[in-house]
Amino acid sequence: MSTCFDDPDPEAPKAVSMLPEPYVVVSRNQETADTFTIALRPADGGVMRSFAPGQFNMLYAFGTGESAISISGSPEDGGVLVHTIRRVGAVTSALDRLAPGSVVGLRGPFGSPWPMQQVRGRDLVFVAGGIGLAPLRPAILQVFSHRADYGRIVILAGARSPADVIFHDELHSWMQEPDTEVQLTVDRADADWHHHVGVVTTLIPRARFDPANAVAMVCGPEIMMRFTAVEMARIGLPEARIFVTLERNMKCAVGLCGHCQFGPEFICRDGPVFRHDRIRHWFSHREV
Amino acid sequence: MSTTLEPILRKHPFFAEMEDATIQLISGCAKNVRYRAGKLVAKQGTPADEFFLIREGRLAMEMPSPLGGTQRLQTADDGDVVGWSWLVPPYHWHFDLRAVSEVRAFSIDGRCLRNKCENDPRFGYEMMKRFSTLMADRLEATRLQLMDLYCGPALPTIP
Amino acid sequence: MTTEPPVLLLREHFDTLLEALARRGYKVVGPTVSEGTIVYDEVSRAEDLPVGWTDEQEGGRYRLKRRDDAALFGYAVGAQSWKQYLHPPRLRLVKADRDASGRMSFSDGDDAEPERYAFLGVRSCELHAMTIQDRVFLGSGVADTHYERRRKRVFSIGVSCGVAGGTCFCVSMGTGPQVTDRTPHDLALTEVIEEERHYFILTAGSDEGREVLAGLPVTPAGETEVSAAKQRVDQTAATMGRRMNAEGVRELLLENLEHPRWDDVAQRCLTCANCTLVCPTCFCTTVEDVADLTGDHAERWRRWDSCFTLDFTWMHGGSARQSGKSRYRQWLTHKLSTWHDQFGSSGCVGCGRCITWCPVGIDLTQEIAAFRDHPITPSPSQP
Repeated sequence: MSTCFDDPDPEAPKAVSMLPEPYVVVSRNQETADTFTIALRPADGGVMRSFAPGQFNMLYAFGTGESAISISGSPEDGGVLVHTIRRVGAVTSALDRLAPGSVVGLRGPFGSPWPMQQVRGRDLVFVAGGIGLAPLRPAILQVFSHRADYGRIVILAGARSPADVIFHDELHSWMQEPDTEVQLTVDRADADWHHHVGVVTTLIPRARFDPANAVAMVCGPEIMMRFTAVEMARIGLPEARIFVTLERNMKCAVGLCGHCQFGPEFICRDGPVFRHDRIRHWFSHREV
Repeated sequence: MSTTLEPILRKHPFFAEMEDATIQLISGCAKNVRYRAGKLVAKQGTPADEFFLIREGRLAMEMPSPLGGTQRLQTADDGDVVGWSWLVPPYHWHFDLRAVSEVRAFSIDGRCLRNKCENDPRFGYEMMKRFSTLMADRLEATRLQLMDLYCGPALPTIP
Repeated sequence: MTTEPPVLLLREHFDTLLEALARRGYKVVGPTVSEGTIVYDEVSRAEDLPVGWTDEQEGGRYRLKRRDDAALFGYAVGAQSWKQYLHPPRLRLVKADRDASGRMSFSDGDDAEPERYAFLGVRSCELHAMTIQDRVFLGSGVADTHYERRRKRVFSIGVSCGVAGGTCFCVSMGTGPQVTDRTPHDLALTEVIEEERHYFILTAGSDEGREVLAGLPVTPAGETEVSAAKQRVDQTAATMGRRMNAEGVRELLLENLEHPRWDDVAQRCLTCANCTLVCPTCFCTTVEDVADLTGDHAERWRRWDSCFTLDFTWMHGGSARQSGKSRYRQWLTHKLSTWHDQFGSSGCVGCGRCITWCPVGIDLTQEIAAFRDHPITPSPSQP
């Protein structure tokens, strides 16, 4: 079996217009103190756009602006587009204030997806830091709805504290899935926390999967992804089988505004999902 | 006791690539322990006369919080080594150690091992190498935790 | 493209060209003198051009001065480039409306019919810059429709340069000074001033260009006149103000991302963004959202942005490129190195604007020479 993969699946849907389309907030769920999930469906009978796991949309809060938000729902749920958002700036704060029934603008989907087709039959290791679990969730949901297509599933999720764990109940339900290992860790906890305490990378050597066959999909801050690649290399999982998703300031989402450049890559168009060895060179320099 | 423990001791990762003579020296100071979930295994400031090789279960390193109660700062699981205070003066525990789940472990007598280290510098150096690695790993993990990894894109703040 | 024999247009008939373009419905824009510099503006007759002017350009220095003749194109490029017409500095992208029930609708904010411009006096480096921006906006997947609509209406009249500016290095970049068929254009001209005569050698580069030429009082150009024109352009090529060895620059910069020279240039760079604004290929933009007082009408505007600003890479938590050093490095490596990966060519056409208009005279040809003279990692293993 080949140990090398092509770049992310090329057949992912692509949006082209700079014009947003109106979407209605169908439901809203508070995940943590600063993170919430909204489900959207097209307003006025518009057509629902399909997407591939790992892709993102540009969500527009009226008069405030757009923000790049990864899609966190199942690609097979044709009814809604789900986004999990951390409140960090003006646009995400405006989105946070939207009650069900409110309308947002949406452009998308954009970007490269996780390589779901190419990794069939493999052990899959998902490594998530904080809200990094959100862009991984569509991939995880797709795996569980086609469980037989994949090998062992390992989900390693880190958060700042127990109160910052997103998708908490779902993580626990995934623990019950066959041939699946879910390990949670936080940076600090109280005595009620029975999972790990420590950085998420310390979970890698403990997890049970076959490094000779596994593929890792990693999402979190850049530094976490760097350390993850180091740990993976230590246990024998080569970086050509590590996929990461990057985040940068994005304005246009179609590779025209120049903001999200990372070396030669436009993260919005060539990424956000990259094979690690393709971008490692640029990871090793600061302030790229 | 050492003669009966040695074969199962060898299965613990701590003893990987360790010379037989060294393993024998350590197994002479080892005993089997078992703690129920919630048990305070070691208390900060008390003499650190042992360290643990976890066979099964989860131990947590905790510190009293300035706001009251304790903060759980790191956990260790099957195959991990816990405790370096026995090797570093004044040989007091630097944290509370609590069993998160039921824990089966080897307890290694630190005083016994310190004597052997004093008498056999080669053995002492071997212990120092292994425990300095452990301390470096813990320090590295602590640094990463201090960086508050998950709360942002971890951008450089000092260009 | 068929190569027809060049024709000759006398200076006294030059206005017929402008009139022909106006008749075809073009608004002719070209170089004019304004406030001590050459800027592009509407021209309706030859006298609107910088007649008898030339320029002195050096790092951080630009001055107009008088020529001892009445040349129409006897200077190099000014601060502006044609990108301001094709890729406007400010553009309304989207209009958004919200009604009382909360329904939202969006419409194209760039809804006015773009002007049909005839660009008069486009230098070869600028034609190359337009070709490069064509690849950026039209050649890499998603097309920028705003650019496309403007670009396809343009009638361009190239000018082969009769004088090299002090900061010009198009010869090094293979982008001039002769206008050639490598870059699309409708007409190309070379100005010749002799003791007795002042004329232009013209060629058509498109069918529409041929149509225009056919309506002008031109005569077939003789061998002497064609060679006089060529000799002037050759002279320009031989007197470039700057030179840059562009061979392997892509790799040179990739291999020297940690070179101490970046610290050196960062000591001088003010991160003022002038170089990106005057560059004819820099294309980065940002967006601004505005709403009116009722809160029911909002607009999204696009405006030029620069990788030299701290905001450019801002995300929650800070900017990815905090130091001036990292921002200069981004600009130069993008322009000369990663541009090749993205768009299949250099992003630099050697026009020299970034040198002239840098307030502290930072000169990329010198920076490249510094990397070349003292590379730190001569390893061949690069992505």
